[in-house]
Amino acid sequence: MNKDWPIWEIFIRSKNGLEHRHAGSLHAADAEMAIQNARDVYTRRQEGVSVWVVESKHITASNPEKSGELFEPAKDKVYRHPTFYDLPDEIKHM
Amino acid sequence: MEQKALYDYLLLLGDNSAILGQRLGELCGHGPELETDIALTNVSLDLFGQVRNYFQYAAKVAGEDATEDSIAMLRLEHEYKNSLLVEQPNRDFAYVICRQFLFDTYHQLLLNELVNSKNDQIAAIAKKSIKEVDYHYDISSTWMQRLGDGTEESNKRLQDALDFLWRYSMELFKPTDTEIIMAEMGVGPDLETLRPVYLERVKDIFLKSNVIAKEDAIFQYGGKTGTHTEYLGYILAEFQYMQRAYPNMQW
Repeated sequence: MNKDWPIWEIFIRSKNGLEHRHAGSLHAADAEMAIQNARDVYTRRQEGVSVWVVESKHITASNPEKSGELFEPAKDKVYRHPTFYDLPDEIKHM
Repeated sequence: MEQKALYDYLLLLGDNSAILGQRLGELCGHGPELETDIALTNVSLDLFGQVRNYFQYAAKVAGEDATEDSIAMLRLEHEYKNSLLVEQPNRDFAYVICRQFLFDTYHQLLLNELVNSKNDQIAAIAKKSIKEVDYHYDISSTWMQRLGDGTEESNKRLQDALDFLWRYSMELFKPTDTEIIMAEMGVGPDLETLRPVYLERVKDIFLKSNVIAKEDAIFQYGGKTGTHTEYLGYILAEFQYMQRAYPNMQW
């Protein structure tokens, strides 16, 4: 039997209306303990109003070896950024 | 007379948190897991925050040169009024959790009464502390069940801890003269009335944790009137060291 607790990824929403952001990871025996531990490790200074926990093994990550084919083709397609429009002067904060 | 009783009452309230806080502080860097280490030291810090509130107020009540530091650090062993339960050592994690659970359940009941205290200052401190203590109870009561309902070994250790610590639990509900005066004045609760609720709550968790409180326990009393177990002297030696070695030091 593996005696080490599994690793959990912790996501914290700092304010209502904002998205949950990855804060870090920690060890816990189950989801309930992961929430308690996240509260103690990552929100001691009032960093959050909501916590999500996901056991790390449930996250599927992209393969770093495939970063070429996954990401590089977008490099020379700057037109995908919506920056080529003439905006009327009255429109601010774009 | 009333001022003296109020002062003593603030010590009764503050000393439990101070000595338990110090016991938990000993675990800093030694907790069984990084995460539980941080959780328990957070609890310790919460308790010391409460101590500061009680002792700042006690210093005002005492007048003269008293400060929160002199009250916390410069009394002699028999002048501390914490219950025997909170000074018991961190023999293993089960002892830490069991001690915490027995205290948190009481602490929660007590603060729920103190929010209605006729003393506004005490009511305000209780109101501020209760959310912290609700969380302490969450941690200790869930850990009771994890250990008790975990492996054969963890259940045995929790039962050992309960066999040892249970004898100190009823002191919490045996009022001292000070607590009787405070109850009559409407400052504090009648502790005897909290006992049945306490027993019901802890026994529910014991049941879920597959442990049993000894029916024939011989309950121990004395801490609240200054008669302590041998452990308090050692705690104070460490707790008071800086103030004794460097009087009036600050940081």
